Amino acid sequence: MNMNRRQWIGGMLALGSAALLPLRALADAKTAFKATSADTALQELFGDLPMEPSDAITFKVPDIAENGAVVPVSVATDIEGVQSIAIVVDENPNPLSARFNISPDVAADVSTRVKMGKSSTVRALVKTSDKVYFTTKEVKVTIGGCGG
Amino acid sequence: MAAEVKIRGRLSNGVADIKSLMPHPMETGTQRDPQGNLIPAHYIEKVVCFRNDQEVLSADWGASVSKDPYFAFQVKNCSPGDVIRITWVDNKGESSSGELVLK
Amino acid sequence: MARHLILATAFALIASWQPPASAADPAADSALDRIDPEADREAMRNFYRQRFPGVPLEAHKDGVYAFDENARAQWLEMEDFPPYEIAIDEGAELFETPFADGAGYADCFGDGAVKGRYPYFDDARGEVITLEMAVNDCRAQHGEPPLPYDGQELTELTAYMAYQSRGQVVAVALPASEAAAAAYEDGKRFYTTRRGHLNFACTSCHVQLAGNRLRAERLSASLGHVTHWPVYRFEWQEVGSLHRRFERCNAQVGAEPFPLQSEAYRNLEYFLSYMSNGLELNGPASRK
Repeated sequence: MNMNRRQWIGGMLALGSAALLPLRALADAKTAFKATSADTALQELFGDLPMEPSDAITFKVPDIAENGAVVPVSVATDIEGVQSIAIVVDENPNPLSARFNISPDVAADVSTRVKMGKSSTVRALVKTSDKVYFTTKEVKVTIGGCGG
Repeated sequence: MAAEVKIRGRLSNGVADIKSLMPHPMETGTQRDPQGNLIPAHYIEKVVCFRNDQEVLSADWGASVSKDPYFAFQVKNCSPGDVIRITWVDNKGESSSGELVLK
Repeated sequence: MARHLILATAFALIASWQPPASAADPAADSALDRIDPEADREAMRNFYRQRFPGVPLEAHKDGVYAFDENARAQWLEMEDFPPYEIAIDEGAELFETPFADGAGYADCFGDGAVKGRYPYFDDARGEVITLEMAVNDCRAQHGEPPLPYDGQELTELTAYMAYQSRGQVVAVALPASEAAAAAYEDGKRFYTTRRGHLNFACTSCHVQLAGNRLRAERLSASLGHVTHWPVYRFEWQEVGSLHRRFERCNAQVGAEPFPLQSEAYRNLEYFLSYMSNGLELNGPASRK
């Protein structure tokens, strides 16, 4: 049983896919990344799952980004049973920036750096089996002082 | 072969605090070169992280993740000697990886 | 009230720096007689001590991060795993790659920890020598073609050497020859001369308006400007040299830039480095 599972995982990895997610969910991610509005991206990612604001999400992102090309973002939560964490930048041409697929072997705590085209609402979305918890922040992206 | 993933990590009480930096242009496909031609989209689509042979985390990325992506996370249930491996595949099918042996 | 008087005096001292008389004028005194680099350095340090109360002078090697809290927080996040680390790695590999004749950069620079020696005025050659020039000198000695001053290869090499040199201190020798004094004077002249559509001198932003906001940014002090190069600027999305920044800065005020490693920029670097004598080298760095 272990050997078969390992072979199957090996096969899946050779395709560059995530063994933890069913393929259908992977396909949803691709369409979600192509969405050009935050609402469509969220619909593609989460369908009809209930969405609920939460202050159990620690969402770190600067108030004024030093440079829109490199905006540090970090999402952490101790909500139980987290399956994924997504970052959405409303005003970007494709608002879905990243989705992290969380297993029980990692903490629900990720950090990365994203590009922002302009000032925008940025959303952190934490999905469990039956709900999507979220929090948002406003991030200003300004023209640099020295004319660019 | 694309540049290796740089990984740093600190193990404490079974939890590995991992930080990584992945050299990659992360082109969105909307930028132009000095001649005015569109630079084709070229970005990491999938990142997979392993503790030894076991996949513990994966990420799906769009082109709006910054150039030379930084990615930090924490792996539970780790011991000294465990190997943390991070691999990525981009939209052109190119790939790379990096490894760190936890101390 | 006393503080305002002190500030005004310090400001007047530094603002009284007129572009110095030309050394080409035969009626002029010797440049060595005219210049007083230690007085200039002391005046600059006093000025920034007053303009940024509570900020240790040493801290200005971190530019705006010495006093802008929001920018500093983001910078510290970046320092967790900074983007210039890739350039350091690439630079290390380049540094260790032998030349066609079998020799290598180590023959010229040992382990690369040499940034503290540059820039310096070479009396035999009659010009300021920078680290970038020294790299190409090394290459020439071994039959290798020079690297372009705006290319990534040279910048990655200097990024590695800057990293190796961290902790060294800026220590430009007092100009001791007429030619060195003329170069110092030329650099100070550049620093205080208005140029471009906006008619700004370096002093306009980095002295008169230092600490003030320019749109969403704040203006850094000239003190500490030279310590942290090359720099990964987010605007460039790659590492770039001090001279590339001079070029960009000149273009931003609508002035015709000078070529990288031109005499004008090397003399400016020489002057600015003397002003930062005593500050620690902390390159490479990241900046917005």
